[in-house]
Amino acid sequence: MSSAPLLEVRGLNAWYGESHVLHGVDLDIREGETVTLLGRNGAGKTTTLRAIMGILRRREGVIRLRGKNLLSLPLHKVAQAGLGYVPEERGIFASLNVSENLTLPPTVSDSGMSVEEIYTLFPNLYERRSSQGTKLSGGEQQMLAIARVLRTGAKVILLDEPTEGLAPVIVQRIGDVLVELKKRGMTILLVEQNFRFAKKVADRFYLMEDGRMVNSFPGHELDARMDELHEVLGV
Amino acid sequence: MAVGTEYLAEQPRLRTSAIVLGAVAIAALLAAPFFFYPVLLMSILCFALFACAFNLLIGYVGLLSFGHAAFFGGAAYFTAHAAKVWEWEPLAAILLGVAGAAVMGLVMGFLAIRRQGIYFAMITLALSQMFAFICLQVPFTHGEDGIQGVPRGYLLGIVDLNQPLAMYYLTLAIFLFGFFAIWRIVHSPFGNILKAIRENERRAISLGYRVDRYKLGAFVMSAALAGLAGSTKAIVFQFATLTDVQWQMSGEVILMTLLGGIGTLVGPIVGASLVIALQNYLAASDFPVLVLIGIIFVICVLLFRRGIVGEILELMKRRSKGAA
Amino acid sequence: MSTIFGIPTPALYGQILIGLINGSFYAMLSLGLAVIFGLLRVINFAHGAQYMLGAFAAYLLLNWLGINYWLALVLAPLVVGVIAVVIERTMLSRLYGIDPLYGLLLTFGLALILEGAFRYWFGAAGQPYAAPSQLSGGVNLGFMYLPIYRGWVVIASLVICIGTWLLIEKTRLGAYLRAATENATLVQAFGVNVPLLLTLTYGLGAALAALAGVLAAPIYQVSPLMGSNLIIIVFAVVVVGGMGSILGAIVTGYVLGVLEGLTKVFYPEASSIVIFVVMAIVLLVRPAGLFGREE
Repeated sequence: MSSAPLLEVRGLNAWYGESHVLHGVDLDIREGETVTLLGRNGAGKTTTLRAIMGILRRREGVIRLRGKNLLSLPLHKVAQAGLGYVPEERGIFASLNVSENLTLPPTVSDSGMSVEEIYTLFPNLYERRSSQGTKLSGGEQQMLAIARVLRTGAKVILLDEPTEGLAPVIVQRIGDVLVELKKRGMTILLVEQNFRFAKKVADRFYLMEDGRMVNSFPGHELDARMDELHEVLGV
Repeated sequence: MAVGTEYLAEQPRLRTSAIVLGAVAIAALLAAPFFFYPVLLMSILCFALFACAFNLLIGYVGLLSFGHAAFFGGAAYFTAHAAKVWEWEPLAAILLGVAGAAVMGLVMGFLAIRRQGIYFAMITLALSQMFAFICLQVPFTHGEDGIQGVPRGYLLGIVDLNQPLAMYYLTLAIFLFGFFAIWRIVHSPFGNILKAIRENERRAISLGYRVDRYKLGAFVMSAALAGLAGSTKAIVFQFATLTDVQWQMSGEVILMTLLGGIGTLVGPIVGASLVIALQNYLAASDFPVLVLIGIIFVICVLLFRRGIVGEILELMKRRSKGAA
Repeated sequence: MSTIFGIPTPALYGQILIGLINGSFYAMLSLGLAVIFGLLRVINFAHGAQYMLGAFAAYLLLNWLGINYWLALVLAPLVVGVIAVVIERTMLSRLYGIDPLYGLLLTFGLALILEGAFRYWFGAAGQPYAAPSQLSGGVNLGFMYLPIYRGWVVIASLVICIGTWLLIEKTRLGAYLRAATENATLVQAFGVNVPLLLTLTYGLGAALAALAGVLAAPIYQVSPLMGSNLIIIVFAVVVVGGMGSILGAIVTGYVLGVLEGLTKVFYPEASSIVIFVVMAIVLLVRPAGLFGREE
């Protein structure tokens, strides 16, 4: 590896109540890289993101962002340290309008995009800025959820299944946005089931099974490994 | 909310010792008036029954009623009126009080079970406050004075209840009747369904149980038994006043149950004994009882939510687990 | 003298005014209860005691330190708010995530402690607290005589309610509050210090109750019992309105206050129970409350 990873996860174990759900997960993301977690439903992908963010509190191991250990921080300090979270359920607030939703997360560094830049990137959010957040279409809500963390200046964005349940044309649009973000040098940890989508943006893949990392390979090997993946993922 | 303590029933060895313990307790209660002031004992028995009735609802259905004073105090008024104005035989007067409390429970329960949790608590509190206002205004309760000088009368026309021992043994018999009624309810199929509702209401609904009917049934039983306690108290103390229908009384019965152990059979008895003994002890001093009750509430909620009996049972459970 | 339905109009207007005054307090208190419940999932039984504490703070500031009504309007809520912050930090915060009934029981215990202590020190009887000289006297409106202080209370409570509503609906802090009411974990995961937000919300809710208490002091007597009598009615108001909507809590408060006043005119015997009767009817017809969402 050329440089020290921006986000480094070592031996991460996590529990939902009594059940042990992550078993010694290791993960590295270098600055500017997009890394995608693959795995079946229930393999622990979302759980890994939640454990890294600290939403899942019962954890052991090491999570370092630029060398700073995040594990002991209270939940709100994790975001302040530079992790931006886009949850699977998108988490758009019904009692806030689009513009309030967009500006809800406090900025954590001055490297974030301005509201104007965001509205240029997502013109339909600008048009609907006074609408109730949950009145947006699924695709628009996903855009809003991504836009929300871009404004904060987070160093690493954790993106959980952004294409789930969306029409192909919207998936295409979100793909374009991610490519644009990569160009801007964003670091992204993506959970994704959609290979074709992930292939367009991912530099590296991790494969998860039963709460463990079972394999990792660079993005260009995806096509060559298709058969193997189909077997593991059962798709 | 409740601490599940079906523990005793599961352990045959402990079950035997529980029966022995129960026999010892009954013997002690039979002998008690020769050693303690009977009026204090009767007061404890009435409140212990009240707390057990309240616990039937919170401990086994998970519903926190903040309005049980209405049944306790309401039944006391009905019994006092029947015994004094209509000159009914005491047991008949008590039965009337119980019936009245059951009817009130049916009405209040019908309204309150439409909401759950915190709302249920607020609704029962508001309805009982409404009842307290009504009691203040209708003539038969005699407003601020209450119904005073209720005759204890002759039990079945024979036994003179002005004899302290006779009154005590009647109170004890009523208490034991109420306690075993609750024990039977809790360990019946009906009780098991109640516990299933407490654990997971949605699941009980999906299994096809008419959950609302079970809840209402439990509410009415709890109200009737609280009424039994209130009616007995009216005969014992020979009066019925506004104190018994006010929200502070509902608070007291919650405290007794919480202190002794929510969802344990004997917890409410322990809690009621302690609270009544404490109030009796403090009556002579000018220490504000309300403050002390508040402090006990805070301590219970923060430090031992299982209550005294609940914590002891938990300790025994952990020990036997450790030994196994 | 003119009459409506056989009732002399000045008497009618007088009762409507009393209804509006009571409604002002119902609105201010149910508003605070709803905000606290929305975020903390705690029914603050101590809300009535905090209202009483506000009135007593004004009374004591005047009688011990000679501090006037206007300063008390600021100081009493501040003092009560700080006490509430300590309560939230040391006690309530330990109960988050467990059955919300424990929060109710804890605050009930706190209410008993406060009420008991003040009864011990001041007796159950009320203490008078004079309205400030600037607001004493009254004006003849032509159709009725309006004591100035009562007019002030209605206007002040409207300003407080609307101000609180604007704070919640239109400000950044309010956006945090609304969002955290929906999903506190996610808001915290976005970097908002939610534990602090909870503390502030409880403090502000209690301060609001204390402010209502100061406003109430010259109208009702300052008495240790003033809070517990009121809080139970406010619970009924909250059940009627449903706690889902801030505006709903405010409107329900005023409407039920006026309804209670009107009942006093037309059927005085029922005036003390009319709000509970309305609650029972609402439970039959629309269990979630007029503005509530089914949970």
